[in-house]
Amino acid sequence: MADKTTFAAEAMPFMSALYAAALRMTRNPSDAEDLVQETYLRAFRGFEGFREGTNLKAWLYKILTNTFINQYRAKRRRPEQVDLDDVEDFYLFKRLGGAEAVEAARTAETEVLDAMPDAEVKAALEAIPDAFRIAVILADIEGFSYKEIAEITDVPIGTVMSRIHRGRKQLQKRLWDFAQERNLAPRSGAPIKSPTP
Amino acid sequence: MDCDQAIHRVYEYLDGELTVWRRRAIARHLDECPPCAQGFTFEVELRQVIVSKCREEVPLDLRRRIAEALGIPEPA
Repeated sequence: MADKTTFAAEAMPFMSALYAAALRMTRNPSDAEDLVQETYLRAFRGFEGFREGTNLKAWLYKILTNTFINQYRAKRRRPEQVDLDDVEDFYLFKRLGGAEAVEAARTAETEVLDAMPDAEVKAALEAIPDAFRIAVILADIEGFSYKEIAEITDVPIGTVMSRIHRGRKQLQKRLWDFAQERNLAPRSGAPIKSPTP
Repeated sequence: MDCDQAIHRVYEYLDGELTVWRRRAIARHLDECPPCAQGFTFEVELRQVIVSKCREEVPLDLRRRIAEALGIPEPA
């Protein structure tokens, strides 16, 4: 029998982070709540098999990710459209003024980002296809290493790297779209290279 | 190391996934190249903004439900 007190003390502090990740994965509060609850139930049941000294946080995220992939993704009727466009390096940075244009006022690009409403940043992240979004959530929000993400998502490290990199670029593209829609981007800051159509 | 080589490795560099030798080569390039250094700084700041804007509060009801399901004391 798993030790309830130990489990509560060690696993419960991760609930906020798990819930935030679940929300970004499922994109809806009711599914996110169910996903987190299911994760804790499964983790509790498997806790006696969990070896002390191994990474509890990574283990919880593995359960969360697997449960999401197996249960919630299966509910989706249509397969999602994967945008395979290649996005250049420094995509957002170049468009938010570019290195040359903002040399005098170095803070300009981050001010544009700070001005973005939380809901838009969340929506931009949630718009990325599942496999890429999961990789970006685990890397950028949770700070897992490539190796840990490879173990959590059960794919080779090279795949993890490519998903993180491409996912981040997709995220930058969505953020730029939002910035333009809201006229948040500096008009004078012409991109160094024009956006690819 | 030139700009393209440095920029190509920006994510591995910021993720701490490079060998010490490669890290040093990029760090040297960033010392000498303000435009690249700004781009790298932007990527770091972008990630901080994303993290800070994606925080969520766990609904109290969910905390209660999980505590109840596991048979552990409920949060106050």
